[in-house]
Amino acid sequence: MIDGLSPGLVLIGGALGIPFLPGKWRHAYMLALPVLGGWQLWGLGHGVYGQVEIFGYALTLVRVDKLSVVFGMIFLLIAFINVIYGMHERDRLQDTSSVIYAGAGISAVFVGDLITLFIFWELTAISSVFLIWARRTERAYAAGMRYLIVQVGSGVILLAGIILHLRATGSIAFDNLGVVSPATLLIFTAFGIKCAFPLLHNWLQDAYPEATVTGTVVLSAFTTKLAVYALARGFAGTEVLIYIGALMTAFPVFYAVIENDLRRVLAYSLNNQLGFMVVGIGVGTEMGLNGTAAHAFAHVIYKALLFMSMGAVLHRAGTVKASELGGLYKSMPLTTIFCIVGAVSISAFPLFSGFISKALILTGAADQGRWAVWLVLVFASAGVLEHSGIKVPYFAFFAHDSGIRCKEAPLNMLIAMGIAAFLCVAIGVYPAPLYALLPYEVDFEPYTTGHVITQLQLLMFSVLAFAVLIRTGLYPWERPSTNLDSDWLYRKAMPAAVGRFMEIGGAVRDAVLARAQNHLERFISTIYRHHGPQGALARTWPTGSTVLWVAVLLAATLIIFYL
Amino acid sequence: MTDTPNGQPPPSPTEGKKYWLEQRPNVEKIFWGLVLVCAALGLADFFYDKHPQFAMEEIPAIYGIYGFVCFFGIVLAGKKFAKLVRRDEDYYD
Repeated sequence: MIDGLSPGLVLIGGALGIPFLPGKWRHAYMLALPVLGGWQLWGLGHGVYGQVEIFGYALTLVRVDKLSVVFGMIFLLIAFINVIYGMHERDRLQDTSSVIYAGAGISAVFVGDLITLFIFWELTAISSVFLIWARRTERAYAAGMRYLIVQVGSGVILLAGIILHLRATGSIAFDNLGVVSPATLLIFTAFGIKCAFPLLHNWLQDAYPEATVTGTVVLSAFTTKLAVYALARGFAGTEVLIYIGALMTAFPVFYAVIENDLRRVLAYSLNNQLGFMVVGIGVGTEMGLNGTAAHAFAHVIYKALLFMSMGAVLHRAGTVKASELGGLYKSMPLTTIFCIVGAVSISAFPLFSGFISKALILTGAADQGRWAVWLVLVFASAGVLEHSGIKVPYFAFFAHDSGIRCKEAPLNMLIAMGIAAFLCVAIGVYPAPLYALLPYEVDFEPYTTGHVITQLQLLMFSVLAFAVLIRTGLYPWERPSTNLDSDWLYRKAMPAAVGRFMEIGGAVRDAVLARAQNHLERFISTIYRHHGPQGALARTWPTGSTVLWVAVLLAATLIIFYL
Repeated sequence: MTDTPNGQPPPSPTEGKKYWLEQRPNVEKIFWGLVLVCAALGLADFFYDKHPQFAMEEIPAIYGIYGFVCFFGIVLAGKKFAKLVRRDEDYYD
């Protein structure tokens, strides 16, 4: 352990050695880095470390407390599992950037001031875009560019907010800020972009499904949960977050139903899950914040598991489009089982992780008597079951047989999915260790008769609704398509507006130029008329007449002289 | 992608063994089993002490009914929604 060093910097510093190591050694080394980071965190214990003064600002590089530990630990854990999942790949760029990205996320969680937060905020953006570009297709390049612009933009807004906040208050401490001034509103917006608030969300569904098989899994863990952490740290109890969060749980549900790309379905589902966490932050009570932290912890694992299973399908079958898949349980039985474990965890079936975490958030909202929000959250829970619980596994592994026959996922993928699936069940069956890790003391028992029965009712009746829809032929079969979302604004509307502007501007310019040219031509022809070969002023005069004119001039001069 | 999916020749879907899930009577069994489970869960509401947070939770099987209606509503609304936002796959290309 190195005194006062951020656990995240262990990964970032260590990542610099990755490009120089050959294949197998590289992955063994990468596996050691999160372990070393965890060891570093363990050694530090709660407290504030690494205080340095730069340009008169007192920076706090490391702050370890209960809230940062929950997020730091899950980031370290998933970084470890992700390395195993990506072991079949031979891509130095992706290996290096994924570890730097994880390190940046972990460092950002442990900072104690806003300036250091800004640095790691931007580092997560820059390091993660390579996971999209590593797909090495034209489409991925464009999606990565859009992703980078949005992410760096969020950082710039954050910086503007920090500068204004510093001028107004003289403080750069990263504690509860609240939306109380234009400065904190800017910081709130920057967090909101990274957290995929409604209408600021579409970078997520645009970019994540375009990344590599491993890249999407890595991306799903850090960026948005860092934003959730930042909101929980800076804006706990901000009431508007309850409504933003409730909206986030509800509207992606409708996109997820009709989306054909199953990794994009999971991206919409990710948005919906973030909504639950944001509601918990808005509620702001001990119950609400515990719920957010617990749900983030459970979510990182089951979401990664779901993305891993769809990554395995993409790797083996060559596609994750629902319209092209089906019947894969025959070829990939283990992946099927792991996917189903992820699906029932996210759907919050009793004995799985989502059940013991989401309940805290719903109880937090209900404790404040917010029945409308509570109804939306229960509605969204049925929505989660629809797209992540049923649609993803059903269309990939069951439904009608697509005829695709392939090998089971590679061993390293199966091990990674196995660990994640084990954790989903372990947390669900025995939530005490996770509850002990939460920021506040937990006064909640998830396994009461009422809670188990009502949750099972909600879920099983929803499954029945699905069965009825399939039997009656009302369930829409997937087909190849693109669904318009808010990215339409900057991918279609704005380019079209610019195109139209250029068109009109071009016409105006042509008219002005034509007029100017007309004037110029007339001017030239006038000059030509007077000075051209035939012009009066350019004519060659006979010498005699010139002498005559000179005499006339002299006479005139004489007359003027004597007058 | 640099990885190639394995190159096993795909046998026709109908070839080989008949899968349990693909037999009609088994699908029926699953469906009616599900109906039974739901009925049991609905009836279970009469056999334990409820601690409702909201008045509507007093209604028997309300979670089940709400879940069923929401799920149905989401899928049907999704179909309408698709008409509005669905475009060709190469829309942005």
